Amino acid sequence: MSLLTQRLRFIPFLPIYVAAYFLFLYLPILLLPIFSFNNAATTTFPLAGFTTKWYASLSGNSVMLEAAWNSLIVGLSVSLLSTILGICAARAITRYRFRGQRAAAGLIMAPLFLPEIIVAVSLLMIVLAMGVELSLVTVILGQTVFCVPYAMSVLVSGFEGFDRSLEEASYDLGEAAIGTFRRVTLPVVAPAIVSSLLVTFTISLDEFILAFFLSGTEPTLPVYIWGQLRFAAKLPGVLALGTIMLVASILMLTLAEILRRRAERRTQLAHALP
Amino acid sequence: MSDRAMIQIENVSKFYGIYKALDDVSLSIAEGEFFSLLGPSGCGKTTLLRSIAGFENPTAGEIYIDGVPSLALPPNKRPTNMVFQSYAIFPHLDVAENVAYGLKRLKLSPEEEKKRVGDALDMVRLSGLGQRKAHELSGGQRQRVALARALVMRPKVLLLDEPLSALDKKLREEMQVELRTLQKAVGITFILVTHDQYEALALSDRIAVMFGGRIAQIASPKEIYQRPRTRKVADFLGGMNFLKAKVLGEQGNAVSIDAARFGAVQLEKPQGFAASSGHVTVGIRPERLRLLWDDDRAPHELSGRIENRAYFGEVTHLTVGIDGLEQPLSMVETNNFGADDLPIGAEIRLAYDPEAFVLLAEDPPVTRI
Repeated sequence: MSLLTQRLRFIPFLPIYVAAYFLFLYLPILLLPIFSFNNAATTTFPLAGFTTKWYASLSGNSVMLEAAWNSLIVGLSVSLLSTILGICAARAITRYRFRGQRAAAGLIMAPLFLPEIIVAVSLLMIVLAMGVELSLVTVILGQTVFCVPYAMSVLVSGFEGFDRSLEEASYDLGEAAIGTFRRVTLPVVAPAIVSSLLVTFTISLDEFILAFFLSGTEPTLPVYIWGQLRFAAKLPGVLALGTIMLVASILMLTLAEILRRRAERRTQLAHALP
Repeated sequence: MSDRAMIQIENVSKFYGIYKALDDVSLSIAEGEFFSLLGPSGCGKTTLLRSIAGFENPTAGEIYIDGVPSLALPPNKRPTNMVFQSYAIFPHLDVAENVAYGLKRLKLSPEEEKKRVGDALDMVRLSGLGQRKAHELSGGQRQRVALARALVMRPKVLLLDEPLSALDKKLREEMQVELRTLQKAVGITFILVTHDQYEALALSDRIAVMFGGRIAQIASPKEIYQRPRTRKVADFLGGMNFLKAKVLGEQGNAVSIDAARFGAVQLEKPQGFAASSGHVTVGIRPERLRLLWDDDRAPHELSGRIENRAYFGEVTHLTVGIDGLEQPLSMVETNNFGADDLPIGAEIRLAYDPEAFVLLAEDPPVTRI
C-alpha cells in the first residue's frame, strides 16, 4: 500500500482529475436545488433571486400529491415485501448448507445485472397475457422482484456470522424459543432489517422504468415527473419536487448505511476473538 | 467433592446416519468434581458435553442430572449452564445486562438482582466493568463475563466448552489457575471439554480420555499420565517411548517381560490385559530416562549416542540411538548440567528405573463408520 501512495505523489494531474470527476458527478445534482429556489421559470444563469414559491405550488398540486401518495404506498409495500423475502433468503444462505445453495444465491442476485428495461418488458408481457389490469399492485410486484437482491445483500451482511451460540446461550440461561427470538435474535439483526427497509424504499421511490411500464393510470412520482417534463412552465416545480426526493433519499441511505454497519459490528463481535 | 453422583451417563450413543459420534458411553461424575473430557477433535467430547446441556439429542441411553433423567428436558429446563467456546456474549447488551440475562426470568427484586450480578462480577474480578459494552472487552474479560453469566444462575453443573482455547498462552495459564480456584470456591461440578492435555492435567480431579466416540480411560491426572491403559492414551497425554516386549510369565497381578535391551522387568497388569500373542507393548516417558555424567553410576544403565537435539529453553529434548533397539529413545533433560551443549554423535550413558515402565493394552479396533 505504501508503495502505491508513494508512486501517486508523482502524478501532478491527479488532484485535477479527481476534482473534475467529482464536479462532473455532482454539479448537475447541485444545480437541482439551486434552480428550485430561483425566482424564474427558466433554468439559466444569472439567478433571478431567492424564492420558495415552487415549493409552495407543490402543496396545491393535487395530481402531484396523488402521485406522491402512490409512491408512498408502492414504496412501503415493496420495502416490506422484499425485506421479508430477503430475510428468508438471507437466513437460508447464511445459516444452512444445502444443495444448489450457490446457484440459488446467484439467481436471486441476478436481477441486479439484468437490463431493467428487459425485465420490465417481460413482466409487462406476462401481466398482459394473464389478463391482469395494470395498477399499483403490478408495480409493487415488479419492483419487489427488482428489490429482493438489494434487500438480500444488506441482510446477508447483517446475518453473516450471526453466532448460533448466541441463541443457544439464551436457551441455556433459561429462556424459551419465543423469548430468545425477542431478546436476542431480533435485537441483534434489527439494524440490518431496518437498513434493508430503508434501502428498498429508496430504490422503489426512485424507480422509473418498471413503474412506467406497469403502472397504468396510476403514476408514481418518477412517472409523474417524466410526464411533467413536456411542459417548460412546470420545470421549476419538478426541480423543487426532485430536490425533496433527493434529500429524502440521501437521508434514508445514510441512515441505512449507519444501521448496516452497526449490524455488521454486532454480529461479527459475537465471534470476534481477541 | 462428595461421593454423590451429580451426573450419570448411561449407555449414551449418538449416531449421525451411520457415523457414531458417541458409542455407548457410560460414566459418573461426582458432586463438586472438576471433570475433564479430553481427546482429539472429532472424538465426541463436545457432543457429550452438548448432550448434557441439552443441545444434542442422543440416539440412545439416558443422562441423569442430580438423579433426574434429563434427556427429555430442553436446555432451558436443565440445572446446567454453559460457557461457550466463542463465549457468546450478547453484543447488544453491556456486561451487567449480559450477566443479568438469565436472572430476568426469575423475577427477583431489583435489589436482589443487582446484588447477585455484583457478586458474580466480583467473583470473576470484573467489578466496576458492568457498564462496558461487549466490544470494549478483551478476550480474557469476555471469558470472565461468560463465566459470571453462567455462575450467577447457581447451576448444579457448569459446562465449559474449550473455554481457554481462544486465549494466548500466558493468559491461558493465568485463567487455568483462576478457573481451578473458582471451582474450589463455588464448589459446584465443573465439566471441561479440552484437547489440551496439560490443561486437563492441571485442572481436573479426574479426566476421561475419548477416542472415536468412546471412552478410552477415566482416571486422576496422575494416574492417567503415569499409568495410561493403552498406547493411544499414553501417546495423547505426552511423549512416550514405545517398545515391543516378550512376555516371560504371569504371577497373579504381575507380568514379567523381556523389554529388549532394558532386560527383564516386572510390571503390574493393566485392567483388561490379555497377552494373547506373547508379545506386548510397553512404554516409558522421556523424562523417566536420565543422563549419567562422568562418574555417575546407576543400578540400571544403557549406553547410546545422541542422534538429535532440540533446545526448548528450560529443557533439551534428546534423541538417543541404542544398539539393539529398533527405535531411538526420546529423553527430556533439564539444562542445569549442560545437556544443551552435548554435540550430536556424542556417546552417553543413561539411567532408567524399571518401575517406570507401563504395560499397555491393545487399543480397541476403530469401528466407526
